[in-house]
Amino acid sequence: MSATELPVCEIENPVMPYLRQERLPHIWCPGCGIGTTVNCFTRALTDSGMDLDRVAIVSGIGCTGRVAGYMNLDSFHTTHGRAIPFATGLRLANPDLAKVVVYSGDGDLSAIGGNHLIHAARRNMDLMVVCVNNFTYGMTGGQVAPTTPIGATQTTMPYGNFENPFNLPFLADACGAVYVARWTVYHVKQLAKAMLEGLKKKGFVFIEAMAPCPTLYSRRNRLGDGVDQLKYYKEKSKVVNGADTKEVGLTFQGDITVGKFVDRDRPTWLEAMNEHYTHHFGDRYTPYGGSHAQD
Amino acid sequence: MHADPKGVLTGIHFIDGDHAACEGALAAGCRFVAGYPITPSTEVVERFAARIPLVGGMFIQLEDELASSIAIQGAAWAGKKVMTVTSGPGLSLMMEHVGYAAFTETPCVFVDVQRGGPSTGLPTLPAQADMMQVKWGSHGDYEPIALCPNSPQECFDLMIKAFNLAETYRVPVFFMMDEVVGHMTERVVIPEASQIEVVERKWTTKKPGEYRPYETDESLVPEMVKAGDGYRIHITGLTHDERGYPAMTAPAQDKLVTRLVNKIRANADKIVDIREDGVAGADVVVVSFGMTSRVAGAAVEAARAAGLKVGHLRLVITWPFPAKRIRELAATVKAFVVPELNMGQMALEVERAAAGKVPVLTLPHAGGTVHEPAAILAKIKEAAQ
Ligand SMILES: Cc1ncc(C[n+]2csc(CCOP(=O)(O)OP(=O)(O)O)c2C)c(N)n1
Ligand code: SF4
Ligand SMILES: [Mg+2]
Repeated sequence: MSATELPVCEIENPVMPYLRQERLPHIWCPGCGIGTTVNCFTRALTDSGMDLDRVAIVSGIGCTGRVAGYMNLDSFHTTHGRAIPFATGLRLANPDLAKVVVYSGDGDLSAIGGNHLIHAARRNMDLMVVCVNNFTYGMTGGQVAPTTPIGATQTTMPYGNFENPFNLPFLADACGAVYVARWTVYHVKQLAKAMLEGLKKKGFVFIEAMAPCPTLYSRRNRLGDGVDQLKYYKEKSKVVNGADTKEVGLTFQGDITVGKFVDRDRPTWLEAMNEHYTHHFGDRYTPYGGSHAQD
Repeated sequence: MHADPKGVLTGIHFIDGDHAACEGALAAGCRFVAGYPITPSTEVVERFAARIPLVGGMFIQLEDELASSIAIQGAAWAGKKVMTVTSGPGLSLMMEHVGYAAFTETPCVFVDVQRGGPSTGLPTLPAQADMMQVKWGSHGDYEPIALCPNSPQECFDLMIKAFNLAETYRVPVFFMMDEVVGHMTERVVIPEASQIEVVERKWTTKKPGEYRPYETDESLVPEMVKAGDGYRIHITGLTHDERGYPAMTAPAQDKLVTRLVNKIRANADKIVDIREDGVAGADVVVVSFGMTSRVAGAAVEAARAAGLKVGHLRLVITWPFPAKRIRELAATVKAFVVPELNMGQMALEVERAAAGKVPVLTLPHAGGTVHEPAAILAKIKEAAQ
């Protein structure tokens, strides 16, 4: 059958309204896991019922950093590692925004941007951070990342990585994030649900989304293609909600603990500031924040 | 438009340049500052942190200058007038975000209270050695604006101008103080809010759907919106088209970069701010800026008392550089003298504009203190021969 004879699909992909369709096709490789996370994110946006005019997305630089550019939201593609501080300024300067989401890669958020990650978690800045962890620097061609497991080969670790990687949920937890979860792109329902919970949660939310980079990480390590990585996620993942984040570190093709690890409450930076200044200045102080600040 | 009275501390004050700069920012409408402490600039943010809760706005001390210089840009896209404050080492860290501000046309003010460098240098002592860094420090081509106050009063007055220029042209604007100007205490008169003109951001009147973030008219400055207003904008540091979408082609690069530099180059005559004293008919013209302009003023007086025909041209704005005026003067004077607290930075610009017509005598100084007026006087005498 030639292409012209193919039946035309009448049903629109439900993701489409969330995308800047004029920017398609996207740059991601076949089998890349980033698109799957975007799919989950759009589902979470739908289910949240949020006014999308009041949701902003901020990315750093990398393959994952391109997510902001495809989302039909107020969207900012910033500099490498600095999505969190940009989002901090945006969030604080316009509390009318219902949510500010940071969407970026493992290298962007935990290497060059690692300092901002820990401080934003410490401050409980009201941001939802989605970290797509593909264990590599995808955009620049597969160099070692702070997440690369020991033993995996990367272009700048040509004889195998010998550096200890970060356990990202433990890091976020230790620094004070109020919501910490890890899912893989095999767990689309759970990932979408975590994103929905993250959108609704006040304070610093950290969601690690494990995703294959077949082009660089899998191929270089002879792990097959994207589907092979999904099989690995399926076979080796164990759901342990409430797991001690100290115990959820990842190893090369080893067991994966997924789940919602942390869900707690403490005042956001802005709430703490308002409360403190109200106490200090009394009536002279007008709490900072717009009409929707308490949504 | 007049200043919002909430931020204006009308009255006669006896404060230093750092404090006056903070008051200037508040009067200009700055309501979001992010910063990281560094001598000799810290007093600016300390005062802002103390003042802002009751003015209505936000100060946050972030983890470093990388964070501060990009957080203010997030705040600018949320609609605020914004500033960050630093000195040499911090300024070096901010450079990537100077480029981001230039390329995304994010209005913001970078205050640099200059100290001796390179590296940690002389944290508590003055220099004027970041002049070329703010012109060229971020990679790629762009045109910043830089102002050089020489007194606490000017730290107030020119800061308002700095914000107005940032909003008018949507560029990063540098407020180039130095340790002496920052820490000298003098009388500062802050007028009534109704006497202070502030420029409001060039907000679009277009509706979502019609609006394109980087479409411009002959002003070459696009209209702005803020996040949350329903426009669903995309802003990127990649080369972009009028929609703000990445456009990775040589023609798109040419179009955008050409507009960005022309935005300032074509308006340079309007932006340039120089103060001339006795330049007409002078044999020698001293070109100076910032703190050095006060020392040079004393030397010029002494030279005149000695019977020399000396003029003084002070650069209140160094970038864009008043090349046209220097070129004109090069046709009438015998020589220029350029004292500055660096090893010869703005002197290069004077030489460029003078184009070999007359000698340009430099008077470099590595910083740590200001010039001796006698040294400038000696240079003037040498130039007059
Ligand atoms: C300051 C700076 N340094 C380096 C780079 C080059 N660079 C671009 S993306 C990237 C790594 C991206 O890795 P990650 O964040 O994991 O994203 P991925 O591409 O894997 O999704 C690097 C090093 C840059 N753009 N800016
Ligand atoms: S290089 Fe890897 S991370 Fe980047 S798009 Fe391709 S598969 Fe995805
Ligand atoms: Mg990565």
